[in-house]
Amino acid sequence: MATTEPTITKKPTSDQALLSRKPRSLWSDARRRLFSSTVGRLGMLICAFLFAVAIITPLVQPLDQTLNRDTANKLQPPSWLMTAEERADAASKSIDKARKDIPWGRFERPFGTDQLGRDIFIRVLHGAPISLTVGTFAVILAVIFGSLLGLISGFFGGIIDTIATWLMDILLAFPSILLAIALTAISNNRESFSYKFSQQITELPILQTIFDPPLFNAMLAVAVVEIPIFGRIARAAVLSVRNQEYIHAAEAVGVSRMRMLMRHILPNSLTPILVQMTLSVASSITSVAALGFLGLGAQPPRPEWGSMLSTAREYVGTGQWWYALFPGIAIMLTVLGFNLLGDGLRDALDPRLKH
Amino acid sequence: MVGYIFRRLLGIIPVLLGISLLVFTLLRTIPGDPAIIILGERSTPEQRAALRTKLKLDRPLFLNFEGGNIFESQYVTYITNFATGDFGDSIKTRQAISKELKQRFPATIELALSALLIAVVVGVTTGVVSATKRGSWLDASSMIVALLGVSIPIFWLGLMMQYLFSVKLKWLDPSLRLDTSLQGSFEPITGLYLLDGLLLGRFDITMNAFKHLIMPSLALATVPLASIARMTRSAMLEVLYQDYIRTARAKGLSARITILRHGLRNALIPVITVIGLQLGFLLGGAVLTETVFSWPGIGRWLLDGILARDYPVVQSGVMFVSLVFVLINTLVDISYRFFDPRIQYK
Repeated sequence: MATTEPTITKKPTSDQALLSRKPRSLWSDARRRLFSSTVGRLGMLICAFLFAVAIITPLVQPLDQTLNRDTANKLQPPSWLMTAEERADAASKSIDKARKDIPWGRFERPFGTDQLGRDIFIRVLHGAPISLTVGTFAVILAVIFGSLLGLISGFFGGIIDTIATWLMDILLAFPSILLAIALTAISNNRESFSYKFSQQITELPILQTIFDPPLFNAMLAVAVVEIPIFGRIARAAVLSVRNQEYIHAAEAVGVSRMRMLMRHILPNSLTPILVQMTLSVASSITSVAALGFLGLGAQPPRPEWGSMLSTAREYVGTGQWWYALFPGIAIMLTVLGFNLLGDGLRDALDPRLKH
Repeated sequence: MVGYIFRRLLGIIPVLLGISLLVFTLLRTIPGDPAIIILGERSTPEQRAALRTKLKLDRPLFLNFEGGNIFESQYVTYITNFATGDFGDSIKTRQAISKELKQRFPATIELALSALLIAVVVGVTTGVVSATKRGSWLDASSMIVALLGVSIPIFWLGLMMQYLFSVKLKWLDPSLRLDTSLQGSFEPITGLYLLDGLLLGRFDITMNAFKHLIMPSLALATVPLASIARMTRSAMLEVLYQDYIRTARAKGLSARITILRHGLRNALIPVITVIGLQLGFLLGGAVLTETVFSWPGIGRWLLDGILARDYPVVQSGVMFVSLVFVLINTLVDISYRFFDPRIQYK
């Protein structure tokens, strides 16, 4: 049996060396691990790319529904799949000119056009800021309310805990998409308070370019559905740190309850919440897209990926596959990016979980 | 054990009551009068009032404080009717809800069960193989596919499958449970058409049902399959490095027996948790899958009910689905004991 000598890579540390070493916090350790894992790097890369697209697209070409239209070119397949003759025909150019345009003509409309002759590529790009904002907003709302609920319920215990847990159990006992559908359907009634509220919000300058009232309501509904998930995590985290010695120590020094919650318990519950946040952005984006697909979320002509698929559905049967293909790939890529980032974060923040 | 099961089942009641309150209140916050929806805008106020009396919508919402029986309210009526199995009539179709449930529930069950079967069989196998062949190209590629699988929006996957297998290749049927020519040609026994065909000796029905079922159940199975595969892999990896696995191998057990009996059995708890969680996803995901594939199940029916403000359908349907959901989750919890005798119940 071959025995391997244990290799010592660390130099023996004197007290001097130990003291002069730069202090490494949990966060810098986690960052190092995140950057060194393939999963984490890939996730960060995809997310960074998407955020870049989301920021750059509206700056380079603001969304203008009328400009993008080209009624002569309805439902054209992706241009790189067409022959020069077909492209010349589609663009009513002469064949010589179309040949000369190669290779650029090849990528003129890389995702094809839709039923109004709009360039699907441009619309998919414009969907990025919408989906990213919607996903992030929904998760931020869910985190604020959910972790507050969980923190309070875990920290105070007793009757508060019983009621809060009951509420969360009820919300979790619903198939989440059904709850989101019901909430969206209710809040999208034009006479309801929530619709008027959303109308006010979505008239604000920047939000205007992202949301329409139904989409805003869909986002709120998805946030509500995600609340109990964060509630449970925060509650479990509080319960696990509550009886640690440093909490008793803090108690003994006379730290106030509020300060205890905010300074000592919350930061120590942050890791699982952060990981869940990343994963929840992914699921929120899918849910909002699903609502859009069912006609409950963003309304056309807003280039939200789910509502694009809802229109594209009619053209699948007649063979225009590209219309449905690309918005779907965009959703999948976004969700994949956040899932990878979430997995990477989990490994980085909680090395014990790693095998 | 029996006491534990009993207590768990008893614990369902407050959750169901909460759900009923939530559904009831949510529906009542939708502006609009169901009487107008049924009778139309041109009905007279007297007609509407009469209908409201008939549907007992003129009663107080939660408790009757106006004299008479304190429990003579809409909510109490709803609860007691549901508990006695009287689900009322749909406002839109005027059909008895229990009758529609009887038609539609088997459709969803057939879809969800076949999706679950695919997900568990393929998912667990993939997970076990990946874990035992850790680091191989097989492991890497199946985990990449699994990652894509959890990220795919199922309604989109459904559309793409429809295009590929129905429009392009013309192998499978894009919608419904049977060809229209076969529908109504037989009296369903269980409502699960695959099974009915076999029971009736009508193999044409089974074959046809299969051709309709395969795409929606594959689409629905994707996300659970991927989650189950990922969870099985990581649970197996944790177990395979334990001492008792080495002991089992050392005493001469074959690799297969070690992996299945000593490895998988001990890795099952987290896998079962994931399967339980995915059941909820199956019920919810059924809404989307049923929409894409025009599958006449409960999900699609509830969606239509919500959109059409069909109070009784939504009230009873959601309660029914939640009941099933909560029951399944409780059963999953109880089953832990079966798979891991170390778990003790207080």
